[in-house]
Amino acid sequence: MGWELEPRGEASRKANLAAPVIAVFGALVTGAILFTFLGHNGLSAVYEIFIAPLTNTYRWQDLLVKAAPLAIIATGLAIGFRANVWNIGAEGQYILGGLGGTWVALQTLDMTGGWILPAMILMGMIWGAAYAAVPAILKTKLGVNEILSSLMLNYVAIQLLYYLMRAPWKDPMAFGFPQTAMFTSDQTLPMMASGTLIHLGVPIAAAIALTAWGVMTRTIVGFQVRSVGASPKAARFAGFSASSTVWLALLVGGGLAGLAGILEASGPFGQMVPQFPTGYGYTAIIVAFLGRLNPLGILIASFVLALTYVGGENAQTAIGLPNAAAGVFQALMLFFLLGFDILASYRLKRTAPKPSPTANTSGVTPVEAEGARA
Amino acid sequence: MTLRLELNGITKRFPGVIANENVSFAVAPGEIHALLGENGAGKSTLVKIIYGVQRADEGTIAFDGRKVEIASPHAARSLGIGMVFQHFSLFEAMTVLENIALGMDNPPPRRELEEKIRHVLNTYGLSLDPHRDVHTLSVGERQRIEIVRALIQNPKLLIMDEPTSVLTPQEVDRLFDTLRQLKAEGCSILYISHKLHEIKALCDTATVLRGGKVVATCDPAEETARSMAEMMIGGSLKDLSPKNDGVYGEERFAISNLSAPGEPPFGVSLKDVSFAIRSGEILGIAGVAGNGQNELISVLSGERTDGVSGVIRLDGSDLSKLGVGARRRAGLAALPEERNGHAAIGQMTLAENTLLSARGPKLLAGSGILRTGKAHDYARTVIEAFSVKATGPKAKAGSLSGGNLQKFVVGREIMTDPAVFIVSQPTWGVDAGAAGFIRQAMIDLAAKGAAILLVSQDLDELLELCDRLAVINAGKLSETMDVKTVSIEKIGLLMGGVHGEDDAAADAEMHRGKAA
Repeated sequence: MGWELEPRGEASRKANLAAPVIAVFGALVTGAILFTFLGHNGLSAVYEIFIAPLTNTYRWQDLLVKAAPLAIIATGLAIGFRANVWNIGAEGQYILGGLGGTWVALQTLDMTGGWILPAMILMGMIWGAAYAAVPAILKTKLGVNEILSSLMLNYVAIQLLYYLMRAPWKDPMAFGFPQTAMFTSDQTLPMMASGTLIHLGVPIAAAIALTAWGVMTRTIVGFQVRSVGASPKAARFAGFSASSTVWLALLVGGGLAGLAGILEASGPFGQMVPQFPTGYGYTAIIVAFLGRLNPLGILIASFVLALTYVGGENAQTAIGLPNAAAGVFQALMLFFLLGFDILASYRLKRTAPKPSPTANTSGVTPVEAEGARA
Repeated sequence: MTLRLELNGITKRFPGVIANENVSFAVAPGEIHALLGENGAGKSTLVKIIYGVQRADEGTIAFDGRKVEIASPHAARSLGIGMVFQHFSLFEAMTVLENIALGMDNPPPRRELEEKIRHVLNTYGLSLDPHRDVHTLSVGERQRIEIVRALIQNPKLLIMDEPTSVLTPQEVDRLFDTLRQLKAEGCSILYISHKLHEIKALCDTATVLRGGKVVATCDPAEETARSMAEMMIGGSLKDLSPKNDGVYGEERFAISNLSAPGEPPFGVSLKDVSFAIRSGEILGIAGVAGNGQNELISVLSGERTDGVSGVIRLDGSDLSKLGVGARRRAGLAALPEERNGHAAIGQMTLAENTLLSARGPKLLAGSGILRTGKAHDYARTVIEAFSVKATGPKAKAGSLSGGNLQKFVVGREIMTDPAVFIVSQPTWGVDAGAAGFIRQAMIDLAAKGAAILLVSQDLDELLELCDRLAVINAGKLSETMDVKTVSIEKIGLLMGGVHGEDDAAADAEMHRGKAA
């Protein structure tokens, strides 16, 4: 006896929407059991991470601030994922975005003017996009798999950050700490309401997601991305070039990750430090999938994942869960999501031990040979 | 007399459909029995049940008078059932001998096997060199490998699934000789086809399937092709209304010296292809599959431009430097052979699928913005004009049957009123009613003054629709011929081209000479 996946025919829209909800729920239950076995109180772990932050209005602001970069990065990644361009390098592009804006900031420490912050943001997006252009060139010119090249560039970006912090960009007044000078008030994001944590990045994130939604559903470019992802051959029939789609996907993904980077640097951080990368670039991959690669879904998903960040910190202080707890819940969500996605389009079937020959149109897979093994 | 094969009340259900319902028929020893039916009538499922690939939910099978359970192809072969599949299962990089050995349950030693193969080849007058690599063989020769594979096990029942769809007329004749010889030796043959004149020429009895049920049993010799077709579709066939003969306008579409490299490793390169089509004219391109048809379409549509040389003129202006979109705006519509995944995207709605090719000509998008309402309306227009069976413009393309999707994509192109319409296999796998509809639409388009290039492997279709005909072989196009004066023999020889029997035999000789 064996097991076999049998296609269910068309995956239903309902299942598509239900999968993320089931995945989150499955992650909570499994996480609770897991932490109970590890000697913690599993139920209170779930409570501290996923419920407690919601009961506190101050934490609500924190959620928005953490959700913003996740939503911005995930929106960019989702556009690429829709086109089957697998940019795993958002973390590096995020760092480069932060560095690009910081470079502008360091040049303008003695200046004032309303143009400085926009210039920093623009430079952040340019550096992020330029960093994503590396896998794009490698893919379109040499056929290098973008998953590997973009992922490995993350480590390069981290080393570049460490280098800049420890030597050329180090603030001489920082008593030897590896960090840049604090940004001036013209170089930091304005708050949306005084006395809160909510900075300009939050409305920007919402605006970007809404714009991306419009672009994907209403424009030729969005249609191009969807066509290339659904069927490269049909996209060629429609006159869409595969390599321009790769470029588009990586530049948009890199540009938005860079934007998230400089918004973080000029917002919550207010300077550049070696602790700048916090894994947003990786978490955003989970956000993108949990949001069904739909910008509106991503807005919702970014809150769920922001909750794991905020709640994870909460649980550390409240019940002494390790820092990795949040990561465990994040991973469980992705795991369950991918699993339920498979089950939404296939059903698991017990099979008799006989081989099931399948006809193949290419004429290379030997039906007869398969029978011969029996 | 004991019947060779007897099916009794075979029923097979799949989720949502009944593929076979209470099917019963019998095949006598030495009988060539045709299984007729449109796509989706349940022929393939039935044959898979007989060959042990699938199991029936209900019903019994008797072989040589004994009730049998056929659990696997292995069991089928040990009973004496052989099958030649429509799609070959061959390793391109291996020799004929190796391929045959791979397909056997207990292959004998090489030398012995080769002797057996040569014996089968001699007995049935088949020419094939056991030591040639498969990728050097023509489609007809490849089919012979499959036939030898089946014959070497001395089958009592041979199942042939659409065996002639890839053969030249001469190869078809030779295949029929082999089958008649087998019949004379007492081997029964279950012959699946939708080519009715072949069934008339070859078969003793025909069982007609429709919607999974047996709807008629007849003697093909006493029926006409038309009467059998009407049994298949369960209605009467409409005649095509022909367009005005010989009324052509100016030259609209002219290709000169078009060459393009083939895609590695086994792609066919186009060599110096030239032809011209006048307004109101349909030019047909015949040829065995895989001789450069798809390459030609993709080069003409603009999907492939790498390494392409030559001139493509539409109403005098050169299109060869333009991309796919610009060619479409110039009035060229090209429809590739594969509908789902190339001419349409299964996961998208019909409305979205209109955007693939008609967004330029029908202004379904402007300044980068999609006009989704217009696309929706256009999809509805196509659905209505071409009687596409679909729930509406919001239906997913993948949810349509092959024939209906084909009607939709053909309609989507034709309703843009192209100046030039290039189409490959427009009625492949489409039921007779829909095929007639599509052919009529093409005739009407030509009558409006378009130039049409029809690439097809179906000679009957080409002879029915085209004004002139050319044959493509190994990437080279023959001279064009008037259909009224052309001979089938000549077309067949051209289709065989350098792969023709004599050449192949000569090649084989050379090979042996080299090997020695």
